[in-house]
Amino acid sequence: MELRRWLADRWVMGVALLVLGYLTLPIVVVAGLSFNRPSSRLSYDFDEFTLDNWAHPCATADMCDAVVRSMEIGLIATVVSTVLGTLMAFALVRHGFRGRTAMNGLIFLPMATPELVMGTSLLALFVAAGVPQGFWTIVIAHVMFCVSFVVVTVKARLAGMDRRLEEAAMDLYASEWQTFRRITLPLVLPGIVAAALLAFSLSFDDFIITNFNAGTTVTFPMYVWGAAQRGIPPQVNVIGTAMFGIALLLVGASSLRGRRARRAALAVVATPASTGRP
Amino acid sequence: MTALAHLPTSTRPPAPPPVRRGRHRLLPYLLLLPGAAWLLVFFALPLLQLAAASLYDPAGSLSTGYAMTWAVGNYPDAVQAYWPQFSRSFLYAGIALVIALLMGYPLAYAIAQKAGRWKHLLLVAVVAPMFTSFLVRTLAWKTILSDSGALVGLLRDVHLLGPDGRLLATPAAVVLGLTYNFLPFLVLPLYASLERLDPRLLEAASDLYASPLRAFARVTLPLSLPGLTAGTLLFFIPATGDYINAELLGTPNEYMVGNVIDSAFLVRLDYPQGAALSFLLMAAILAIVFVYLRKAGTEEVL
Repeated sequence: MELRRWLADRWVMGVALLVLGYLTLPIVVVAGLSFNRPSSRLSYDFDEFTLDNWAHPCATADMCDAVVRSMEIGLIATVVSTVLGTLMAFALVRHGFRGRTAMNGLIFLPMATPELVMGTSLLALFVAAGVPQGFWTIVIAHVMFCVSFVVVTVKARLAGMDRRLEEAAMDLYASEWQTFRRITLPLVLPGIVAAALLAFSLSFDDFIITNFNAGTTVTFPMYVWGAAQRGIPPQVNVIGTAMFGIALLLVGASSLRGRRARRAALAVVATPASTGRP
Repeated sequence: MTALAHLPTSTRPPAPPPVRRGRHRLLPYLLLLPGAAWLLVFFALPLLQLAAASLYDPAGSLSTGYAMTWAVGNYPDAVQAYWPQFSRSFLYAGIALVIALLMGYPLAYAIAQKAGRWKHLLLVAVVAPMFTSFLVRTLAWKTILSDSGALVGLLRDVHLLGPDGRLLATPAAVVLGLTYNFLPFLVLPLYASLERLDPRLLEAASDLYASPLRAFARVTLPLSLPGLTAGTLLFFIPATGDYINAELLGTPNEYMVGNVIDSAFLVRLDYPQGAALSFLLMAAILAIVFVYLRKAGTEEVL
């Protein structure tokens, strides 16, 4: 009976940990393979331990060119989509206007459309319009699918904001611009930063839409796709592991900052001196 | 009636601000203009162009140009030629969805209700796979499932696989890859719904002699329905349109409609056929989403 109760209480967590294992296994394998010296170009097995791949990540020069190109595209697409998406989020949360339903639909649809359809339809447009495909058509496509995610992320932050803080600033004779600059923007900034990081990671990792609109330009995912037919250099796993490490560091740093900010806020509230005025 | 007043209202979205007059009247339109224009020109317009391309004269080519002949016959022709791949996309995505639900529901439930102070860490573990490249992770499955790998060796030893049984290059590998790649999209919305579930409701159910199974069916499941609906769609839509798993973990025998569309546009350069298949895929997915949303929205579960 005791055992049954214990099991009834724990089996969900047990299943959950197994599923997490399934989700984590490939990352462990990628990290392991980054230390591998494959016996042949088409080998996918772990053959021999080496540090060479980490010491010379750019031994295959094409790959590093592709990584740099992906970063350039990612940065441009991030800046443009973050600006466009943030402006839209402000309009949607802060202003009344006609055509709100249609606008919400236009923003929602790209997130619900298969990438395959967006990629092929853009290709059809560029070909019909005679636009040669390459670096800039990739940027255009990436901005297109990132904007909606930026809008959703910034909107969530804006909607959760306490409007009374801005009203208080206005009551204290701050001008509209001062209120925006000193109160609104700092409060929304974490949402904008989160949206920008999301946009960058979406852009950096995109394969399907890029594949249809790249012409002869090679991004990192395009390089990996091509290499999968010819044999994957182990340095691909170095890039994969490094990306994972950087993302993990960013998440760790932001959660630490969040915790410190919460603690500081608690300290302010808890200190009698800050609440009772002389 | 007074009890209603205490119901949380936070789930209802606040009413949009009223349309303003005067100086600020144009501001929202100016804020929306650049983003909306981008989406209209590079998302909506291309869909129209795709529809047009699917009706081009199939006798044309990229070099000689295509004539618009309203060739509706492109659709039945494409379906006839690639019905196996088209139906396989929905079959594989459907099987992967069922497996993902069996894995994802306990995971989301455990994180939302049982994890306590580990909640944040476990959530990071769910999204962690997305920190690194989709393609690199899918290639890692090639190593895990390889014929000379530990997993296949183990399954052969316990006779779950025959002596030359394989995992790689089978339908099972493709379905497993699809499940793996889109599982976080299912878990996150489900988690968001389950996190708001008040554990006291389950206590009340058990106080009223409901078995755990019954409490799950009558309390937990209905309350998680919004997350379940969103998660199912976020999983199913990209899984149906995916062709990376079929290409890397399968063989041409496992090809999905995406593989055919990719080759129609980029290898065979048969635009009318590729556009017809692509448009058909979107129409089929939209139809499924529409029917599904109506069912999930109006019918009670169980």
